[in-house]
Amino acid sequence: MNAPARPWKMESQRTYFANALVHLGEGNPNVVVVGADTTESIKTIAFGKKFPDRMFNIGISEQNMVSVAAGLAAAGKIAFASTYAVFGAAHTYNVIRQSVAYTKLNVKLFCSHAGLTTGMDGATHQMNEDIGLMRGLPNMAVLVPADGPQTGKATLAAAERPGPVYCRFSRADFPTVTGPDDPFEIGPAYVMRDGSDVTLVGCGIMVSRCLEAAEALAAERVSARVLNLPTIKPLDAASLAKAARDTGGIVTAEEHTIVNGMGSAVAAAVSQEHPVPIEMVGVRDTFGESGDGFQLLEKYGLTAAKVVEAAHAVMKRRDS
Amino acid sequence: MVEVPDEVIRDLQEKATLLRRHILKMTHQVQSGHPGGSMSACDVVTALYFHILRVDPEKPAWVDRDRFVLSKGHACPVLYAALAERGFFPVPELMTFRRLNSRLQGHPEMGTTPGVENAAGAEGQGLSFGVGLALAARLDRKAWRTYCLMGDGEQDVGQTWEAALAAAKYNLDNLTAIIDRNGIQQEGRTEEILPIEPLADKWKAFGWNVLTINGHDFRQILHTIDEAHAHKGQPTVIVAKTTKGRGVSFMENVVRYHGAATSDEDLKRALAELGEVMP
Repeated sequence: MNAPARPWKMESQRTYFANALVHLGEGNPNVVVVGADTTESIKTIAFGKKFPDRMFNIGISEQNMVSVAAGLAAAGKIAFASTYAVFGAAHTYNVIRQSVAYTKLNVKLFCSHAGLTTGMDGATHQMNEDIGLMRGLPNMAVLVPADGPQTGKATLAAAERPGPVYCRFSRADFPTVTGPDDPFEIGPAYVMRDGSDVTLVGCGIMVSRCLEAAEALAAERVSARVLNLPTIKPLDAASLAKAARDTGGIVTAEEHTIVNGMGSAVAAAVSQEHPVPIEMVGVRDTFGESGDGFQLLEKYGLTAAKVVEAAHAVMKRRDS
Repeated sequence: MVEVPDEVIRDLQEKATLLRRHILKMTHQVQSGHPGGSMSACDVVTALYFHILRVDPEKPAWVDRDRFVLSKGHACPVLYAALAERGFFPVPELMTFRRLNSRLQGHPEMGTTPGVENAAGAEGQGLSFGVGLALAARLDRKAWRTYCLMGDGEQDVGQTWEAALAAAKYNLDNLTAIIDRNGIQQEGRTEEILPIEPLADKWKAFGWNVLTINGHDFRQILHTIDEAHAHKGQPTVIVAKTTKGRGVSFMENVVRYHGAATSDEDLKRALAELGEVMP
């Protein structure tokens, strides 16, 4: 998979998600959607307009949303439950645990407004802890697509996969770094750029930052491999171990707290398979604040420059 | 409304007594579990499994079966006892309840125990789950019905009321909720821990058809469920007034028996009251 030429288009993950949902709805009468008074914002309303009898907007009752989706799934439906990540993943945690993860029901939790790029709404709405919450649940697959096209494909793949899936994406438009025909499956890490000196593992918007970082490193004659890791669980430990063996150092980059996020998952896997120095770029155990989403990424250190710095740190540790 | 013959009522009463004996033995053998709320709900569960529910023990996953959602998961001894006596699994398996490698978990696990329709344990999720089931049945134009048994302690839980709003919004007349109103939760009387009265008025205000009965009177239980079936355009909730620990004099209305098994000596006394003499 190679990133399209720059400048990258900025596109909405929500739009790709919503279009994929409508596509699913056309092909399968068992696809239903449960929303929680955010259906316009998250764009599931497109599905509701097309299939009004299969869309249930049950108001600001996210715990109810999750269990209703589980009940629908128990009766044979593929139930998408969708709202903002802070409400869908955190407010509902024990309901997801008991009604969805424990039961292994066919519920797909698709949540937008993940991460700092939620922007002006501030810390209450910037969900930087959901990867950690969801990857801790047995039976739960956890997806963090890099961009719009990958979000659409993740939606289709989630519907195909039996059992619970959590997928997080942003309110903001993200640079489109994958092509329309690039493959997507739940599970694999995708090599976006090959390299031999260090590996940059990104998810979500940080895949684009890793690609930019790799270009900057190339100018310094450092050959960086870039892995797009859209599936945090089940984790592609083989590709990560290979990256560790091939390049001897790893940088992880995520729009999420470094406590128990993608970087932690990668570090745990790599430490068991082939330990190498690892540096993590992400939110450093703090809440966000109001502001433009991309300015927030700068302020909180979620930038290509920080990925480059981390790559140097990794190589220095490896070589010392 | 069809008159229920006396012998049907007598059979149900005998069956309920049998289930109560199972509940006592299951919780006694492992010295764990929740007999009080299982015994209060026993007559309602007996009426459902032995007279109302269209289920097939040979085909637990039959798509057109009625669904029974036990929201008050701690009362699973009564559910397991009913399922075993109904033929979903062998009766002797009841004595593995809560033990290592048993299919009969301390709180219901979906997919493990034949006939169990949902996972419960954390309170207050069952009615929402029932709303999802009822929506699916309606979407598929199916005649199967959903029944959800809640505890009165679950009336403390916010999600219960979220579900109540949603069921009313969608006019789910294929959903019947039953509240086991035994008046006692883990730490005391419901009206002391967190007052929930006037409970029937609250459900009315939430848009439900509300029926209040004596939850130990089989004739009333059967008639009221019939009434719920006949009521169109609204979900029905049956407030079943019950007695915690019902059936054993020294357990009735005793808070401790919410979550305590009987001693060896008390088990003998209890079973004797239920017509079984132990050696």
